[in-house]
Amino acid sequence: MGFGWSLPQRRPTPHWMRIAAGGAALLLSSMSLAQQVDLGQTVAMNGTAAGVAACVACHGMKGEGDMVGGFPRIAGLSRSYLEAQLNAYAHGQRQSFLMTTPARLLTPQERSAVAAYFSRLPPYLPPQPIAIDESAQPSDVGPWLANRGRWNQNLPACAQCHGATGLGVGAAFPALTGQAASYIALQLHQWQEGKRPSGPMGLMSLVAGKLSDNDIAAVAAYYGGPDSGIQQTVAGVRK
Amino acid sequence: MKRLFSNGLSLGLVLLALLAVDAVRAQTHAAPAATQKNTVVAFQAPDESAMPDGDYGRAVKLGEQIFLHTQLHAGAYVGNNLNCASCHLDAGRKANASPFAAAYVVYPAYRSKNGHVNTFAERLQECFRYSMNGKMPAPGDPVLVALESYAAWLAKGAPVGGEIAGRGFPKLAKPALPADYLRGSQVYLQSCALCHGANGEGQLSDGKMAFPALWGKQSFNWGAGMHSVDNAAGFIKANMPLALGNSLTDQQAWDVALFVDSHERPQDPRFTGSAEQTRLKYHDSPYSMYGTVLNGHVLGAQP
Repeated sequence: MGFGWSLPQRRPTPHWMRIAAGGAALLLSSMSLAQQVDLGQTVAMNGTAAGVAACVACHGMKGEGDMVGGFPRIAGLSRSYLEAQLNAYAHGQRQSFLMTTPARLLTPQERSAVAAYFSRLPPYLPPQPIAIDESAQPSDVGPWLANRGRWNQNLPACAQCHGATGLGVGAAFPALTGQAASYIALQLHQWQEGKRPSGPMGLMSLVAGKLSDNDIAAVAAYYGGPDSGIQQTVAGVRK
Repeated sequence: MKRLFSNGLSLGLVLLALLAVDAVRAQTHAAPAATQKNTVVAFQAPDESAMPDGDYGRAVKLGEQIFLHTQLHAGAYVGNNLNCASCHLDAGRKANASPFAAAYVVYPAYRSKNGHVNTFAERLQECFRYSMNGKMPAPGDPVLVALESYAAWLAKGAPVGGEIAGRGFPKLAKPALPADYLRGSQVYLQSCALCHGANGEGQLSDGKMAFPALWGKQSFNWGAGMHSVDNAAGFIKANMPLALGNSLTDQQAWDVALFVDSHERPQDPRFTGSAEQTRLKYHDSPYSMYGTVLNGHVLGAQP
């Protein structure tokens, strides 16, 4: 009848997570963090001799992105997230007309260093932070999906993993607030189409697969703000 | 026998485990055992857009918002950073995540946890006392009125006294292998730590809880239903990782539930002064790790 269990009576060797133990980390281990950030800053501001343009040309001097052009803000996102994205571009798992070439031309060390640099810049905060609208109805597709999800499809709310105000959670769940609506929409479509790695535990491909085009436009507009011309941009990007 | 308790638990605990009954689950209804079983009925709570206006509607809405943002709207009664919706997913609507309507229709009910017939409001008080590690709102407190209004509205049209499909958490069959802390720790690192943190501490966003703490000071206390491994295993199996419910095997759910529920958390408010006595009095169940020994530390006897 007993429910058996077993508890260790001596402390086991812990199996803690190894967060960023890639080859680049090994190569970089001879550089101090400050040196890595310096290298990253040089790449970000000036590009490289191999032909990589300065990151800030598109992503803004402070990594704040460009809402009109749909270039994502990268300031203050986690180093592990940014480095993973650059590696995914370089290896073709994340597809981008603009990012594939520069990511390939960067060495693994430079990718890691530039991720370190941007991760240390203060996160860009939108002038009007997202306020949770408690009167939203399911017919208000953007705010409803963002804050409540659609659980009859097992679709969690965006806010459950990206934070109530969309400012992101920890290293793995980047901020949505402050990104251009066109960028958010494009990412969701790319997850649907397998053009971007599915993210931790495959969550983003799973989530995006439950969204209609209309859902995507609405939720992108919710986080990207009303002025980002989502309808036109999404249509433009997709055709 | 030996295999069941392979890792050196004391004989006392083995006896406790054998003698114990599942005392944690609410014993709803005094129906003669195993004869009249209620038919399970499917039920769908009304759509948000059908929420009424007027004073009652405002109470319903407040109840919903308390459910979603508990600290914000009922902070005086909350001692951790959880929300009701941390466990009762989809604002208390989701089946197999203790949906609110399904609970509402089975009260008043006798509960072995406190040995008397509880009204629904009293059951809500206990959520604050244990799961929220806080203080019980007094009877008639606007917080209780709002929560009860929300529950009643969600349950509109549900059979009074009926057994609604998906009530509570699913009851998993006993695991093939005894639940194991070490295996559970592996499942935890693989499937849970991304969100809940390597030390179960949860994660914040913009200063507010994003992923709830599973143990430690900001989590539910030792009196909460979720501290019981069977409840946690059922919840985890059906709902975790978020959006990936039913992806773990039953065995993994049992193992990781044991792991999570074998960590220190806020004291049971009924603490008698001794973990041993408190276990005998309130946690005499094989599913409670309270008062058991882990790495030489008695769980519940905080340093």
